[in-house]
Amino acid sequence: MKALVAVKRVVDYNVKVRVKADHTGVETANVKMSMNPFDEIAVEEALRLREAGTVEEIIVVSCGIQQCQETIRTALAMGADRGVLVLTDVELQPLAVAKLLKAVIQKEGPEIVIIGKQAIDDDCNQTGQMLAALLGWPQATFASKLVIGAGSAEVTREVDGGLETVKLKMPAVVTTDLRLNEPRYASLPNIMKAKKKPIDTVTPADLGVDVAPRLITLKVEEPVKRQGGVKVGSVEELVTKLKTEARVI
Amino acid sequence: MTILVVAEHDNRSLRPATLNAVAAASEISKAGGGDIHILVAGQDCRPAADGAAKIAGIAKVLIADDAAYGHGLAENVAPLLVSLAPHYSHLLAPATTQGKNLMPRVAALLDVMQISDISGVVSQDTFIRPIYAGNALATVQSKDPIRVITVRGTAFPPVEGEGGSAAVEAVSGPGAAGLSEFVKAELSKSERPELTSARVIISGGRGMQSGDNFHLLEAVADKLGAAVGASRAAVDAGFVPNDYQVGQTGKIVAPELYIAVGISGAIQHLAGMKDSKVIVAINKDEEAPIFQIADYGLVGDLFKILPELDAELAKRQQ
Repeated sequence: MKALVAVKRVVDYNVKVRVKADHTGVETANVKMSMNPFDEIAVEEALRLREAGTVEEIIVVSCGIQQCQETIRTALAMGADRGVLVLTDVELQPLAVAKLLKAVIQKEGPEIVIIGKQAIDDDCNQTGQMLAALLGWPQATFASKLVIGAGSAEVTREVDGGLETVKLKMPAVVTTDLRLNEPRYASLPNIMKAKKKPIDTVTPADLGVDVAPRLITLKVEEPVKRQGGVKVGSVEELVTKLKTEARVI
Repeated sequence: MTILVVAEHDNRSLRPATLNAVAAASEISKAGGGDIHILVAGQDCRPAADGAAKIAGIAKVLIADDAAYGHGLAENVAPLLVSLAPHYSHLLAPATTQGKNLMPRVAALLDVMQISDISGVVSQDTFIRPIYAGNALATVQSKDPIRVITVRGTAFPPVEGEGGSAAVEAVSGPGAAGLSEFVKAELSKSERPELTSARVIISGGRGMQSGDNFHLLEAVADKLGAAVGASRAAVDAGFVPNDYQVGQTGKIVAPELYIAVGISGAIQHLAGMKDSKVIVAINKDEEAPIFQIADYGLVGDLFKILPELDAELAKRQQ
């Protein structure tokens, strides 16, 4: 079967983001960009499925500006087979991305779609669930274990209070949580090989999808900064302060 | 312009996060919205529905009692919400794993954008939500006719769970979609409070060195009636299960007292606990970033300090 993985280009997780002075967003000019960490886990999981013989081909999709091609290349260097870039300058929100992915999926025919549970920029945590809804497929979000059987997948999910296992009819959408796997690094030979792997470019218009944003961002602000307090010299002093000054114990 | 809150429950009783979501609904109601209804979808969930009817300020409780809804599978519950949606201006759920799993599916079926994890209500169509792990706050306005929202519990103090007497009305939906089935749940058993509703939390980080050493935290937690949490580093290192994780990729908490032990204070951890009322940091590295946000810092070896803290609390409790 084919697997499709969607990847997003985001501000690198190590970058301390700064809100723009005009409050329209956060500074992304001259900032290091990387693949969303949860999407790296998605790519890795697809690679492991291919190594196990469950999956024959891995297609990587990214939606956004031309530079998203670099994010696709990263996934190809990890080992994915080919890429699809849905090229647009419009600010994409999860509903629009889900519609674009649906259109690509209907063309490519994968039986399993793996996506990060959330992107670390907008923290929406929506795209996988929306995509499953639009396709009429089942979903397993926050996956920490994925076992594909005949016509079905058994997925263990990280839920509040522990783990839950569900069985999904294939085809299905799975979104990844942290403990699913540890993504590999791309080796130099594979980075070189990835340069020759094909990436198709399409536009939302080609796919017949209206991507106009439904949410308008009115402003983006910095949260109130928390001030550091005092250092205490002993456990006894700490307990006294918590009792008499902070009054929390 | 009625508001529907999706209750979080285990069929027998409501989970506290429901009360925070109702609090957000109340703010929308005050901003010009209408009555607040609660949906309890489950199996043999009458006790939970009766609990929902007691919440102050609720006009009506809808109960959908069907084997298909027993485990809250999104494939089954989402069509039920879609069938109810025409009567409502807002659909809200707590931003728990349950709410996050369900609501985007509902939103997509209604062809609207979901508004995730709101921390403030500006007006009926405008909300504040954290982005970039809480390092920025976005004010967003929805252009959709119906607003599908998940609520960050720590941002809305819970409403009273007693005092109301709403009518309970049975509703039914399409039932099982036949796409998915529940296999099993392995829930962590603990006598301690849940992380997201605890008054006091004590969390351990990589500095704990092993999962076995978490008993040092547990001893202190039992003295304080606290929940035990962990940083992502401690979870990644395999010390404790992922449901202990406090942080942007784990649970967002805001207890009255948060004690961070052997936690350096990575951005991702701070995002999950920086709204706590009082923060205590215990770390051997006095340059650790956690001290920049802690109200009380204690520099030293946690393996010496934790037993001392345990003994000191025991002494004062006598």
